[in-house]
Amino acid sequence: MTTEITKVTTHLSHNEQLIFERSHKGRIGYRLPGLDVEETPLDQLVPAELRRDDDLEGMPEVSEVDVIRHFVRMSTWNYSIDLGMYPLGSCTMKYNSRLNERVARIPGFANLHPLTEEHDAQGALEVIYELQEHLAEITGLPGISLQPAAGAHGEMTGIMIIRAFLDARDGATASTRRTMLIPDSAHGTNPASAHLSGFSVKTIRSTASGLTDLDHLRELCAQGDVAGLMLTNPNTLGLFERNIKQICNIVHEAGGLVYMDGANMNALVGVARPGDMGVDVIHLNLHKTFSTPHGGGGPGCGPCCCTKELEPFLPVPRIVKNGADSFKLDYDQPRSIGRVKAFFGNYGMMLRALSYTLTHGNDGLREATEAAVLNARYIANGLTSDYDKPFDDPPMHEVVFTDKRQTRKGVHTLDIAKRLIDYGFHPMTIYFPLIVQGAMLIEPTESVGRQELDQFIAAMKSIAAEALADPELVLNAPHNTRIGRLDEAAAARKPVLRWKPKQAASAG
Amino acid sequence: MLDSLGIKSVDELFASIPEDLRLPRPLNTPAALSEIELLTKFERLGSRNAAAGRPSFLGGGAYSHYIPTIVDHIISRSEFFTAYTPYQPEISQGTLQTIFEFQTLVCQLTGMEVANASMYDGSTGLAEAVLMAERVTRRSKVVASTTVHPQYLEVVKTYVQHAGIDLELTNFDEQSGLAGSSLAAAVDDQTAALVVQSPNFFGCIEDLKALATAAHAKGALLIVAITEAISLGLLKSPGACGADIVVAEGQSFGVPLSFGGPYVGLFATLEKYARQIPGRLVGEAFDKKGRRGFVLTLATREQHIRREKATSNICTNEGLIALAATVYLETMGRQGIQEVAHQCVQKAAYAAKEIGKLAGFSLPFSGPRFNEFVVRGPSAAAHLLSRLADEKSIEGGLALSRFVPGRANDFLVCVTETNTREEIDALVAGLSSIAKHA
Repeated sequence: MTTEITKVTTHLSHNEQLIFERSHKGRIGYRLPGLDVEETPLDQLVPAELRRDDDLEGMPEVSEVDVIRHFVRMSTWNYSIDLGMYPLGSCTMKYNSRLNERVARIPGFANLHPLTEEHDAQGALEVIYELQEHLAEITGLPGISLQPAAGAHGEMTGIMIIRAFLDARDGATASTRRTMLIPDSAHGTNPASAHLSGFSVKTIRSTASGLTDLDHLRELCAQGDVAGLMLTNPNTLGLFERNIKQICNIVHEAGGLVYMDGANMNALVGVARPGDMGVDVIHLNLHKTFSTPHGGGGPGCGPCCCTKELEPFLPVPRIVKNGADSFKLDYDQPRSIGRVKAFFGNYGMMLRALSYTLTHGNDGLREATEAAVLNARYIANGLTSDYDKPFDDPPMHEVVFTDKRQTRKGVHTLDIAKRLIDYGFHPMTIYFPLIVQGAMLIEPTESVGRQELDQFIAAMKSIAAEALADPELVLNAPHNTRIGRLDEAAAARKPVLRWKPKQAASAG
Repeated sequence: MLDSLGIKSVDELFASIPEDLRLPRPLNTPAALSEIELLTKFERLGSRNAAAGRPSFLGGGAYSHYIPTIVDHIISRSEFFTAYTPYQPEISQGTLQTIFEFQTLVCQLTGMEVANASMYDGSTGLAEAVLMAERVTRRSKVVASTTVHPQYLEVVKTYVQHAGIDLELTNFDEQSGLAGSSLAAAVDDQTAALVVQSPNFFGCIEDLKALATAAHAKGALLIVAITEAISLGLLKSPGACGADIVVAEGQSFGVPLSFGGPYVGLFATLEKYARQIPGRLVGEAFDKKGRRGFVLTLATREQHIRREKATSNICTNEGLIALAATVYLETMGRQGIQEVAHQCVQKAAYAAKEIGKLAGFSLPFSGPRFNEFVVRGPSAAAHLLSRLADEKSIEGGLALSRFVPGRANDFLVCVTETNTREEIDALVAGLSSIAKHA
């Protein structure tokens, strides 16, 4: 098998203005049927002072072909999973099956109104119920709500559940327990979500080997104000927290609960279950582990899964079984934290995730986990000779390297990432986790084969060689994109966040 | 591959997981289905959603509008739907320019100065707006009218329960169906914001100007929520009325009903509050050669940098749905948005007039309407609507008893450009005959 690096070449890439700059007065791209009812003078329906008088000045006036070319041209400026490996650590960019897309578009679901009476939406409710059952089995946590719309939203839901549980358990004394412990390697969403639930945050150190520092955890738990711990496992360094059971025990004995950030659950599906580790509540990212498309930044779906004990606090409505083949919405949950989103959540994502679960089957789900870990391990092995690997433990589904060796020549993580673009790969996650200086977090997922892994490794090795021999080449990358590095600092100093017509721009 | 790693079995890959934590058995989920079996299963489940195929007059926060064919084609392109959040601008300009256009379109429609890259939906957008008002004013009281969508109010309650915000609700005017003077009267100098929806949950169009004046007189903000975004094609923009924050559900812009999601939240405000906005923002930037591009900007507001001091815990937007809304708005364009809005208001007026003529039926609220209105029937609305569905195969609307106590006979009817006159006439005839044979 050959491992030729396939560098990007220039290809047809059209320039394309903003749609507003393409607009021509009077041009249209739609047609509606004529109005088939008698027209009532508008003044009789909506008084003039409540109607707009700007004739939607500035909105685009374009034809259908204009719109198609506009978006197709812009689309060619994007990198995508379908184009190649997208090794963003922690983001889990795996293949998005077209079959799942087809399922989500079945008219019986796509055209179903969320306020339809239960008995006319039984199929839709059954999908939710069935997915809940599978997620409960996969996580080992029986209480499920699919309502949260994203990982951070599921996280907020989970932390609110902890808050509600503690308030119910401890009554007035719960107010002395308002500290949430978060490792220094955590996702930034963790502290932000804790804050939304009224917790203050204390940071736990990681050990030199990249795991939670148990002594520091004990020390913080001894202070008596700990409501809980938010822990990512495998953690953001790609390492399994092997002391997880002990960690859970320490927190539980201190009266707190353990929340697991399930962003990395794709390293565990079919292999180990958070519920068996002592975790009380977790969120999943259906857009990571269960392959629903990332869509350029959403929509996601962030189910919250918890123990029986915490179940009464889940958002309403719950979707429950009501006899053999019948499902209903249960609002009668007086201890619920309430609703976190209108209707039932990002339902279309639930259809896709159920489709993923069923097409993989139980053995396929585990195989995906195995392949994801194997691929990361292969990259870890392939790059150690050229890049600094700060932790010795073998990684799970993602591996962290640093730019330590390259900085001697003035080449940093950002430069390596940008140079990778010239080789036809999307860069890895950079400068995260924050505790690793110059971090490069690489997650190949199960959706790449050995040949592509070898190409990626070869590209990274080649960049390491370039950094030694010709650092300028790397520092000025990317060279083959239609646009160079953009001045983000200038953009933030004087933000231009919308298009304005020329004359208005100069006036304002 | 295992050999190259010096590993003998797949199990060794998981050596860092203690033995007693590993699942000793296969998952108890179903065995793999083929494509044919899977589609058969989902087609069967889809067919158990009888309501999806019927003429429908259900609104109440989710609307059935025509979706031009090209919307689904464009959002199905690999380059859009299999891309991530645009962290690497050199290879994400398609997504970034689209969001910049989306932000511009939201500003144009709402009459506001800045808009973000989108929120999860209208309801969570409203909750974030309330939190933002507290940040901006450093006041802790928020007053909302009960004419705001009941589920939106529930979401706001959940979000503010630990945020030190005191949420007060005011009743609406029974005669007009409007938030009216009780909302304006509730503002005091401790109030961070007044929250109003227009058209409101009952379909009535609020006097936003008067509410803005009342809020501003006490140094409070006016937050306007919109569930039926097509109304922006006809109604005076909240910005022109003096709103400080506008949130809207963007589902009406080319997004299928899909049993409640994924939808897309629109979020817009004034320039002076740009650094207090939750969520992602895209701004213009230039490279060394002076070529224009777009980047995620003002990231110092966000959780990955600010951690617990961030303006919000949000780290994604609803990218693909924002794209759908952008394609919809650009395809329908300046003229199309107005025509859809015009057809909605006219068809709803026709339906209201015809239903109002029926013996035993009346329209309890006098406030001006867009495309939804409350009908008072002669008997329990839930029963009436359920018979209409079973016997006439029409989804006649939403029984208000599901949300508002003491309104057993009332139901909310929504009419859009997709409802033909024939359907409206069938609804009217159906209501009449079922009421007669109650």
